[in-house]
Amino acid sequence: MLSKNQARTFFLGGTVVFFLIFLGLSWHTLAREVPKQTNAQNLTESVIRGKEIFDKNNCMGCHTIMGEGAYYAPELTKAYERKGEAYLKTVLTVKEPWAPRGRKMVAYAMSDQDANDVIAFLKWVGEADLNGFPPKPDLQSKVPVPAK
Amino acid sequence: MKYKSQQIAWWFFALSGVLLLLQITYGFIMAFAHLGYDGLHDLIPFNAATATHKNLLVVWILSGFMGAAYFIIPDEAEHELISVPLAKLQFWSLAIVGVVAVIGFHLNWWEGRKFLEIPRPLDYLVVVNVLLFLYIIIMTLWKGKKRTTTSLVLTMGLLFAALLYLPGMIWFDNQTMDSFFRWWVVHLWVEGVWELIMGGILAYLLIKLTGVDREVIEKWLYVIVGLTFISGVLGTGHHYYYIGTPKYWLLIGGIFSAMEPLAFLGMALFALAMYRKGEKRHPNQMALYWTLGTAIISFVGAGLLGVAHTLPAVNMYTHGTFVTAMHGHMAFWGAYGMLVLGMITYAMPLMTGRKLYTAPGASYAFWLSNIGMVGMTTAFAAAGVTQVYLERKVGMDFIDTQQAMEVHFLVLIAAAALFTTGIVMFVVNFFKYGRPTDEALERS
Ligand code: HEM
Ligand code: HEM
Ligand SMILES: [Fe+2]
Repeated sequence: MLSKNQARTFFLGGTVVFFLIFLGLSWHTLAREVPKQTNAQNLTESVIRGKEIFDKNNCMGCHTIMGEGAYYAPELTKAYERKGEAYLKTVLTVKEPWAPRGRKMVAYAMSDQDANDVIAFLKWVGEADLNGFPPKPDLQSKVPVPAK
Repeated sequence: MKYKSQQIAWWFFALSGVLLLLQITYGFIMAFAHLGYDGLHDLIPFNAATATHKNLLVVWILSGFMGAAYFIIPDEAEHELISVPLAKLQFWSLAIVGVVAVIGFHLNWWEGRKFLEIPRPLDYLVVVNVLLFLYIIIMTLWKGKKRTTTSLVLTMGLLFAALLYLPGMIWFDNQTMDSFFRWWVVHLWVEGVWELIMGGILAYLLIKLTGVDREVIEKWLYVIVGLTFISGVLGTGHHYYYIGTPKYWLLIGGIFSAMEPLAFLGMALFALAMYRKGEKRHPNQMALYWTLGTAIISFVGAGLLGVAHTLPAVNMYTHGTFVTAMHGHMAFWGAYGMLVLGMITYAMPLMTGRKLYTAPGASYAFWLSNIGMVGMTTAFAAAGVTQVYLERKVGMDFIDTQQAMEVHFLVLIAAAALFTTGIVMFVVNFFKYGRPTDEALERS
């Protein structure tokens, strides 16, 4: 039967080995792959300011981005592609809570510059290679179209 | 109770109970907002409610862990805490930082990073607070007569939890890197070092409640925490599928995270086996309920409901939907919520000297909260599956999908009402039990 000493060795050994592998992979991911996959060369000042504004207002407290955040408001990874610049600009700059379909967003009434930066950030996010996320609706073509 | 300084735990438990009630209040605000009743929007917008809900959760659990450590470490080390005034200072600074953070959330003062919304200046205070806590615990252990495996595993968990808070404080310009390190905190906490804390507290409770030999319990404790790290560290990869990180994480994250339930299964089997094996019938039956409960519900909520969406092909569709919320609720409740409530239930009669083991309502508190949580999990699951199919698979618009999901939030609120009734009974019981007294000290 397993002794307490063996059990301790299993714990300490396993921890050290797997943690080292994890550190190595993390280094490879961050130093080699992420800059390529996320087009780090496109991280302009405007994109970075946009991220700061996104962060400071806790946009993730309602939306998800790259699938992370809260589930009260739409996924934003592809918002730039889906909605276009003009629409996003209106949402960010209006002075009344934006609520075209009933659910309210906080009225940020951003300046032109701030809104442009947030939009630049969203555009950058949308261009990152997320291994296929968000997925294409794979059942859409199977939904029967009702006869008129 | 043998050591007078263990009494300090009461304050941390009290804070835990109060913050839990407050957390639930914000849960209702969000559930009603999902139903379309967002009357509080101007005062408490959804993002303020959600930041408060998630952070209060973390703080009440941590406060419970700290109380548990202040109770367990003197007992295990056979030494008074090195300083009660310092522990009091640590308590009040924790409470104050918590309150200031919550007020800040309502004034748009935060960082928009899920679970880590506490703004930078307060982060530094948290670090100082936790350092003080660790100093008290580690010095007590150092000066103590004994250093048991249980106390070492618990302390190691607390120490690593503190260290892992640090990567969450670094600023990155790149959203992917930001997210990468957010998971070093969030994932490596709940699926890593917090399991050490859980294992330590569980082992302590089992030793006390079942009377099984310490050597046997502590041997299995090592096996369980070994399984935790072997699966859970590389298991972090299940958060690196779709955030701009390379594809090899799909394989590594998939394989290792699918093994994570083993550690939770280990805890459940371990608790049940020790319970059967134990000859002693400890009079505190409610503490035993919570102890076995946490071992079982954590396996269901974290293990089974976690593995349900951990494979890359599934997670592609469920990532960032209510399926995640379903799992998040039962996992946090089962693994860490019930554990803290179990520790409180065990400690109260010893601290107060009242041998009132089954206070009126104690059993109702257990059953109502658990049945309520099962209902809530089911409601979240229904909402999540609906969302996955309509929005992700069929391609329906976000708001149309949300409207189709509304009925599930009605069920959520009904189940949450049951849950809340149980929690209110628990907290009322706690305060009715009275305060620790010196008369409860055992003479040796
Ligand atoms: C009355 C009880 C509760 C209600 C009505 C409730 C409701 C909610 C709602 C509506 C959300 C937000 C989902 C979104 O982003 O739109 C949420 C998030 C969350 N709640 Fe609760 N909650 C309750 C109690 C609890 C308890 C007791 C725990 C932990 C033990 C908990 C843990 C969480 C977690 C971890 C999240 C984040 C989930 C995620 O984003 O995946 N909640 N809750
Ligand atoms: C007590 C242990 C656990 C707790 C408290 C917990 C809690 C949570 C929470 C709160 C989230 C949402 C995090 C966020 O979006 O920031 C999450 C996500 C996730 N959890 Fe767990 N979890 C636990 C264990 C597990 C286990 C053992 C597995 C797998 C076997 C698992 C699989 C997942 C997956 C795949 C996600 C990502 C969901 C997504 O893509 O949106 N969890 N967990
Ligand atoms: Fe995880």
